[in-house]
Amino acid sequence: MIQTIAFYLFASIVIGSGVLTIMARNPVHSVLWLILAFFNAAGLMVLVGAEFLAMLLVVVYVGAVAVLFLFVVMMLDIDFAELRAGFMQNFPLGIAVAIVLLAEILFGLGAISAGPIELGTADGSATPVLGQSNIENIGALLYTHYAFLFEIAGMILLVAMVGAIVLTHREQKAVRGHQNISKQNQRSPDEAIVMRQPSIGQGIDL
Amino acid sequence: MIGIEHYLVVSAMLFVLGVLGIFLNRKNIIVILMAIELILLGVNLNLVAFSAFLDDLSGQIFAMFVLTVAAAEAAIGLAILVIYFRARGTIAVDDVDRLKG
Repeated sequence: MIQTIAFYLFASIVIGSGVLTIMARNPVHSVLWLILAFFNAAGLMVLVGAEFLAMLLVVVYVGAVAVLFLFVVMMLDIDFAELRAGFMQNFPLGIAVAIVLLAEILFGLGAISAGPIELGTADGSATPVLGQSNIENIGALLYTHYAFLFEIAGMILLVAMVGAIVLTHREQKAVRGHQNISKQNQRSPDEAIVMRQPSIGQGIDL
Repeated sequence: MIGIEHYLVVSAMLFVLGVLGIFLNRKNIIVILMAIELILLGVNLNLVAFSAFLDDLSGQIFAMFVLTVAAAEAAIGLAILVIYFRARGTIAVDDVDRLKG
């Protein structure tokens, strides 16, 4: 019973905040609704026993990606009213496409649950071991069967990081000063100082 | 009792919301990127639901890889957005045709 209540709570909040994400006038509000959607999706994942992925969702999305979005939205000085100009104009087409897509997906769902369409069945090679936590099971599978894919994922993240840095890095145009430290250290008082004693009323030649 | 169909309906709705967001906010690329995140969240929920109800952890592993690629995509997308804004002073993307030659 409590599971059912929790499911409907999480599901309704995730759908509602998804709607508000795409409808909000201010992109900052969009990001905040997106964070709420991710939190509640994490709740849904906890409900089916995928705790590790739920925590990963909170840490990676709410902690990193959403903050990145907030950073960019707040850093760029953008006229958002201008960007919303075509919103109402696109509304009928968008709703039509969305309804068609949703109807197709739900039709497929109904066909699967009603008819003799055979879903693939798990071959048991990735069945979680009873009595072990979700994270232990995932670790045991990830570092054996999927070790290669795991390393590829690391490479993807590395390339993304390098790419983001290369794209946004700006060379400093204004060079500060022209200090040449070795030249400065090589100077001695003998060649840097000249003692003169000009007579009164006369200058010196430099 | 909550079955897999409930989860699949929620993830389908999230997916469609993401597509709708792309259609509605055609000019604002930040919201488009957020809509893509919504789509990927729906896909992840689908993978996790099947993984849980079929007793097979592969779904969760692949959801993790989807998460990885989504994070990389968000970082690169926002970096491109920042340099585009620096160059053009706007992020209205409905008439981006500079590569058309």
